[in-house]
Amino acid sequence: MSDPAIEVRGLRKSYGDFEAVRGIDFEVRSGEVFGLLGPNGAGKTTTVEILEGYRERSAGDVTVLGLDPGKRSRAFRAQVGIVLQSTGIYRHIRVREAVAHFASLYPHPRDVDEVIALTGLHGKEGALARTLSGGQLRRLDLALALIGDPELIFLDEPTTGFDPAARRAAWETIRSLKQLGKTVLLTTHYLDEAQELADRVAIIKDGRIAIEGAPGELGATVGTAPYMIAYRSGNGSLVEHRTDDPTTLLHELTGAALARGHKLESLTVTRPTLEDVYLELTAEESEEPAPAEAPAPAQEPAPARGRRRRGRR
Amino acid sequence: MTDVARLAWRQYRLERKLFWRNPSAAFFNFLLPLLFLAFFGAILHGNQKQLNVIVPGIAGMAVMSTTFTALAFNMTFLREQGILKRIRGTPIPSVSYLLGIAGNAITNTAVQIAIIAVAGRVFFGTGWPRDYLELFVFVSAGVICFASLGVAFSHAIPNFDSAPAYVNAVFLPVIFVSGVFYDAANAPGFLKGIAEALPLKHLIDGLSGAMVKGTSVSTNISALGVIAVWAALGIALAVRGFSWEQRRA
Repeated sequence: MSDPAIEVRGLRKSYGDFEAVRGIDFEVRSGEVFGLLGPNGAGKTTTVEILEGYRERSAGDVTVLGLDPGKRSRAFRAQVGIVLQSTGIYRHIRVREAVAHFASLYPHPRDVDEVIALTGLHGKEGALARTLSGGQLRRLDLALALIGDPELIFLDEPTTGFDPAARRAAWETIRSLKQLGKTVLLTTHYLDEAQELADRVAIIKDGRIAIEGAPGELGATVGTAPYMIAYRSGNGSLVEHRTDDPTTLLHELTGAALARGHKLESLTVTRPTLEDVYLELTAEESEEPAPAEAPAPAQEPAPARGRRRRGRR
Repeated sequence: MTDVARLAWRQYRLERKLFWRNPSAAFFNFLLPLLFLAFFGAILHGNQKQLNVIVPGIAGMAVMSTTFTALAFNMTFLREQGILKRIRGTPIPSVSYLLGIAGNAITNTAVQIAIIAVAGRVFFGTGWPRDYLELFVFVSAGVICFASLGVAFSHAIPNFDSAPAYVNAVFLPVIFVSGVFYDAANAPGFLKGIAEALPLKHLIDGLSGAMVKGTSVSTNISALGVIAVWAALGIALAVRGFSWEQRRA
């Protein structure tokens, strides 16, 4: 299975005069966890819902598992599992009944009890859906998405409303999907979640992909020097240096300090996190209305590039 | 094709199971028409002429409440909760799913009509239905008509909280003008005109013919025609406006 699980070329979607998605290209490889990030209203959900077959595209080519999701064939629906952002379930259904019913809708379902255990719902099999907590309902959502044994799973904000322990548990479940060779398209607001789980991420902004790559490599792509060395100087103020070559710089800094007989207090060498990159990219949104700001960022295909110099926070 | 039928059956079985677990649905779809029947039966006890009106009247109302009212509520709820959207993401064919839901409503209709027919015989002196073919034809026509109108009407209901107001704003006036509780022939002229234009009065005429008067389908063929016109309108609107998702206002 070397064919990509998802291939998107020149995807566009308009609602009336408003163009929500303005030409998106990306590829999700088979067996990877791909994170789709971006602020509210950036076009994430529209993009995902086109891939899930819920919406029709205005233009562009989309292939999901070799099929056109716009046709919504049964073969397509049998191979994808979808966790939507907010979906209800019958209030008076029991957990096991719901999972078993959905299993009966698929040609080759997984074992009901296995999926209940996998999603941490054991002990809740007989509970009515209306008595479940928010986190438990979210796990039921995941169980219903996994029961058909899909090749590709769409997870839209899968851990919203989870406590930290439940999130860790959900992450483990998602990792286990990857180990099974499944492909996951993850939409999330939690950047640590994307950093933790995703092999690659794309950040969508204003209907376009602003940046794409492995979470750890994005800093370099944005143009931010990939390493930052920080320490406190003698008077206690924070000193930050950005560099491509931390070995040399660190050697120089520590050499100079030792020569002067100083210590570099609180010395750290860090790489920019996904959050740094994300905030740098999306911060422009709030700056956009100010006319004195950088030249027309909205018209640039990758607006971040021209602006990173002032991106120091 | 067998798969479509198998999945429709699975969905139907689930809907039946869940129906009985939901006390308010069971009450409004099931007990309320029977309470009306018991109530009016007690008041009109001994007045056979009135009982002959009320039995087919309540039967007509039961058809409308088990299909129009129930589906308008259900579809609004399923859409608002995102259950329709979730189902749409699974391999179940849409037709199987909708058949399962419709089958649930039709089962309620059939059970209600059966109970009313028995009550007519045992308590209200109307005897067993005279013409079973006519009963079947009119109940079927009524189910198709009111079920499709119910689905169509759900498109106009903005959210589940307002569903009772919307549904009853239609249901209550229609049952009152259409002669569920009295002989529509005795109503004032303008009400009669309204009732003539709506399908319920014609359904009740057909049911009255089948259950009490012993006329045949051909006698009430024009009533069947009016129901068919409303059914065509209902189907067109139900299909045209159908949405699997809540529209974002």
